[in-house]
Amino acid sequence: MKQDLHVPYVGRPLERFEDASLLTGRGRYADDLGAKPGTLHAAVLRSPYAHAELVSIEFSKALELPGVRTVVTGADAKAWAAPFVVGVKQPMEHWCIAVDRVRYVGEPVAVVVAEDRYAAEDALDAVKVEYRALPAVVDPEAAAAESAPVLHERVKSNVVSDRHFVYGDPDNAFERAAHRVKLKVRYPRNSCTPIECFVVLAEHSPGDGSYDVFSNFQGPFALHPVMSLALKLPGSKLRLRMPRDSGGSFGIKQGVFPYVVLMCLAARKARAPVKWVQDRLEHLLNSTSATNRVTTIEAAVERDGRITALSYDQLDDCGGYLRAPEPATLYRMHGALTGAYDIQHLKVRNRVVLTNKMPAGLNRGFGGPQVYYALERLVQRIAIELKLDPIEVYQRNFIRGFPYRAPAGALIDSGDYLAGMNLAADEGGLSELVSRRDKARAQGRLYGIGYAAIVEPSISNMGYISTVLTVPERAKAGPKNGAIASATVAVDALGSVSVNIDSVPQGQGHATVCAQVVADALGLKPSDIAVNVELDTQKDAWSIAAGNYSSRFAGAVAGSVHLAAMKIRSKLARLAASQSSTPEKDIVFADGKVSGLPFNRLAGTFHWAPGTVSEPGLRETVQWTPQELAAPDEQERINSSLAYGFAFDICGLEIDRNTGKVSIDRYITAHDAGRLLNPALADGQIRGAFAQSLGAALMEEFAYSAEGALLSGTFADYLPPTAMEVPEPVILHMQTPSPFTPLGAKGLGEGNSMSTPVCIANAIADALGDAVQPEDIVLPLTPSKIVGLLGVPDPESKSPLKAAPGLAMAAAVDLSAPPEAVYRVLLDPVQLAKVIPGCHALERIADNRYRADVTLGVGLIKARYAAEVELSELDPPRSLRLSGRGAGPLGTAEGSGRLTLEPLDGGTRLTYDYRVAVGGKIAAVGARMLEGAAKIVLAQLFQQLGRQARGDARPSFWKRVLKR
Amino acid sequence: MKPARFDYLRADSAEEAVLLLAQYGEDARILAGGQSLMAVLNMRFARPRALIDISRTPDLDFVRIENNHLVVGAATTQASVEWRKTLAEEVPLLALAFPHLGHFQTRNRGTVCGSIAHADPSAELPLVLVALGGSVVLRSSRCRRTLPAEEFFQGMLLTARQPDELIEAVRFPLRDAAFGYGFREVAMRHGDFALVAVAAVRNGKEAHLAVGGVADRPVATKLSGPQDEALNEFARSLAAQDDHHASAKYRRHLVRTLGKQLLA
Repeated sequence: MKQDLHVPYVGRPLERFEDASLLTGRGRYADDLGAKPGTLHAAVLRSPYAHAELVSIEFSKALELPGVRTVVTGADAKAWAAPFVVGVKQPMEHWCIAVDRVRYVGEPVAVVVAEDRYAAEDALDAVKVEYRALPAVVDPEAAAAESAPVLHERVKSNVVSDRHFVYGDPDNAFERAAHRVKLKVRYPRNSCTPIECFVVLAEHSPGDGSYDVFSNFQGPFALHPVMSLALKLPGSKLRLRMPRDSGGSFGIKQGVFPYVVLMCLAARKARAPVKWVQDRLEHLLNSTSATNRVTTIEAAVERDGRITALSYDQLDDCGGYLRAPEPATLYRMHGALTGAYDIQHLKVRNRVVLTNKMPAGLNRGFGGPQVYYALERLVQRIAIELKLDPIEVYQRNFIRGFPYRAPAGALIDSGDYLAGMNLAADEGGLSELVSRRDKARAQGRLYGIGYAAIVEPSISNMGYISTVLTVPERAKAGPKNGAIASATVAVDALGSVSVNIDSVPQGQGHATVCAQVVADALGLKPSDIAVNVELDTQKDAWSIAAGNYSSRFAGAVAGSVHLAAMKIRSKLARLAASQSSTPEKDIVFADGKVSGLPFNRLAGTFHWAPGTVSEPGLRETVQWTPQELAAPDEQERINSSLAYGFAFDICGLEIDRNTGKVSIDRYITAHDAGRLLNPALADGQIRGAFAQSLGAALMEEFAYSAEGALLSGTFADYLPPTAMEVPEPVILHMQTPSPFTPLGAKGLGEGNSMSTPVCIANAIADALGDAVQPEDIVLPLTPSKIVGLLGVPDPESKSPLKAAPGLAMAAAVDLSAPPEAVYRVLLDPVQLAKVIPGCHALERIADNRYRADVTLGVGLIKARYAAEVELSELDPPRSLRLSGRGAGPLGTAEGSGRLTLEPLDGGTRLTYDYRVAVGGKIAAVGARMLEGAAKIVLAQLFQQLGRQARGDARPSFWKRVLKR
Repeated sequence: MKPARFDYLRADSAEEAVLLLAQYGEDARILAGGQSLMAVLNMRFARPRALIDISRTPDLDFVRIENNHLVVGAATTQASVEWRKTLAEEVPLLALAFPHLGHFQTRNRGTVCGSIAHADPSAELPLVLVALGGSVVLRSSRCRRTLPAEEFFQGMLLTARQPDELIEAVRFPLRDAAFGYGFREVAMRHGDFALVAVAAVRNGKEAHLAVGGVADRPVATKLSGPQDEALNEFARSLAAQDDHHASAKYRRHLVRTLGKQLLA
């Protein structure tokens, strides 16, 4: 038959239809699209403190500035909005803007709305916020300790969820095990950083109280109810529209949702549309990141390497607030925690802890990188401790026989893991890497090979998040499950086909694939199909699972498009059968014809002569949900995703002993993602995830100071790899279709986010060898860290006087005035004002306590601070402590130093130690400069102190002293 | 990330630039390539009252050989020096350092003198200037003076330039046939600021090493005595600090190993 001869478009590496406009600068991104005349612009004032009480906000001066229309604060949120719903039953509140307290650096404190962004940013300085600083906690284990400062006081602890799960009989298996292999790992904070940052354009309609919002939100649309509830509105009154093109998201643009609510309030208060475009500083400071996690993992292992039981203790750090959909990172993988292995006994402890860092959220891989970093590092440890080849450990443990029900509930749909591993090893050339390693090692070079086997979940069960609730809590809340996807296919009066989908693509090329799918169903060419990927919550089909996440497109959305197209097809086939003698089941769709009848003429009948068809209308919307996704059961089993792909990665790399730099020799990644709809786009997904994960493995981290200041606020400090750092991976495919998705496809965009960080870490651990403690393999494995692990010698100087002082932040300076004179200068406010660098005014608050207005800086960089200066621990004329803390538009600064004065040849030797902590914007950007800046400021201070003390001899001074 | 309000003044000649500087003093900043300044302005880390744009000032856009030096004017981009056909013969160390200096896109805009003026302790051009014993020509409406590089750089982003002075040119000594030149750098990514950069200038008898990225400014030294010990003394003297990219220990290690590689 003719149809059988036709090669389907699905499965072909078609070029992307999207590219023509993107590559010629005709993309339609959120910020490019026009705003209404009269639209105002918002700038956000952010907390420089990681943890503080909000004492007062004074913005009357800001309102007086030209162009400024209004200022929004937590008071407006309290009047018009509600806190966001939280995923665990705990008495804690998270508002769209700080109310009473700030819990991380960068948290919004006020929004200035003005006629343009310049005026709005000018006015930020005029908003005066008084904070009362509180101790901050950054490390998850420290935050979980009883003595830690508590972020949400009513919870009484930073651990907001602590759940235990047991599947099978793990205790028995551990008791009987020949070996127990245990490992503690820490996964850092990082994120996939899109080129385009957040955009929100919000308008309020006072007539009916509704909001119309245009934003580059990416879903999940389960957050639409979250936003509506926060705005105290029925969902129908929050119209949310998304643009066609996206500058990337990788999960991050889920984090725009609090700003949707915040800008709605701003538009309401300003009585005009308000636009906010996030800048890069704001983006890195306050979008979202992967959770950082501390995991203790242990395996019960037989002598031959077979794993009989696993135990996880996971402590997931969600930052300052448990922002929806968190704590989902901890549960996304739950059903499949046993990975690619047939392990029947499993024990899990899951804790969620809050710390003074930006709230965590969606990020490519979501939960996978954290789980596999523990599990696959453990597999390497098992091989090492049992003296087995890792390949053997994989062979002994792989699941064989599908569908497979994992102990925690995952129904692993299909696969052939052994074949996947063999594909990587054989086609990728593992034996070649092994001989290169042998040769390199014989020459004393550091060459390592790492492996990772991962099961890649896609199409999340919306019910998995409820696994965090206890069984009774779940019973009370009612079941949550499914993964509803929506697609509409329509044919117009001229027979042209259009498609709408709910996946809100962020650059993946969904329009191209949808066109391929529909072209096959209707016997047309992909170029005949118009795909509109914009989503309008008031007009388009969507449900809570809509959006761009959990690799749901290929399996769920393209599948729904196929189902909708097949509905159109059967309507057309019925009409074609009625117009010819061919039975309906034998009607053929090919080459723009329906069994010989022109497609457009047949379709036109539904519009021009609807009375002649049995069922009018050629617009079909399918809302599909798979039956395999049930709610968590009473044994707490959850099939957390619908489809489970497989990836096996092998990495050969070499470490330069001299520099600690890692160079990837070859990276092999073999994937089984079911049926591939477009192999070119699939390879693009793999390359992208690989590049981002190489960054996570070697360079990227949101670094925080002990005080909670973010230190990596620009791309000079947060380091995504560039084209120069990313080698081309060897990409291999096999295709075992999923029995559960309409087209047999599975997701594959997140596999390398899960496999690559740990695969590279395993290769580095292999290269470094036994001398390195397994716990010390912590990402990102920067050259500095690797050289530290190599234990290179660092001889002391032979001439200690010349050497840098052992305590880095201490020094001595000789002044020509005697200690008494120096001491007097410090105690005299008039003179002290002259000594403090950049001091404009000094006002006494109490004995030896002053309020100061100072400008501090280095080179062209200058920041003005409202500071408090205090002298304490007075022991005249021998020692005292000088402390200061201040806040200004560029952030906070705090310093304290102990000064000791000793007489020396008629003058003074002043020795000092000091500690400086900087927060807010200046810390996020200028971390590299801080040490130098502190030194310069101190040098100025002591130079001036010496000068001022020498001036003691001036009679005017003596007169003043004597008068006292 | 929008700058605070400033006046924009375009100087049509060097003379006009220094007159404007004399008028505005500390309240003005010279805008040349803007590769550091624009970011600083957008983040509001600096709020000068005026920017004096010299990027289209013809008499500041020059590269010439003068008194055995390669002299580069204030408005001259890095790219136009980098692509000079004779650069490798004239100032080989510059030719070796350029590929490490940002990206070719930034070198198309960024100026040589701008990098010197910014005095970032990790930047390559200040390091090369110090390693070669070059100098900086400062011009004000009062006078013109020339400072040796080692006197010019005074610390983190700090230089000996007075507020009314324009860096009119920098002077790189031309290649000395008796000497060999070497440059090594370790950065996190291609084009990043150096974690450590080392430049070497040596002949059969003596070796000079200069290091950037460790101390608060580029530092040069003449090595003497046993090499390993001399390198370690030099590395220790730079008072390396920890930051979140690299430990002080790692920076010392790089000074020793890169130094050794260059002197091998």
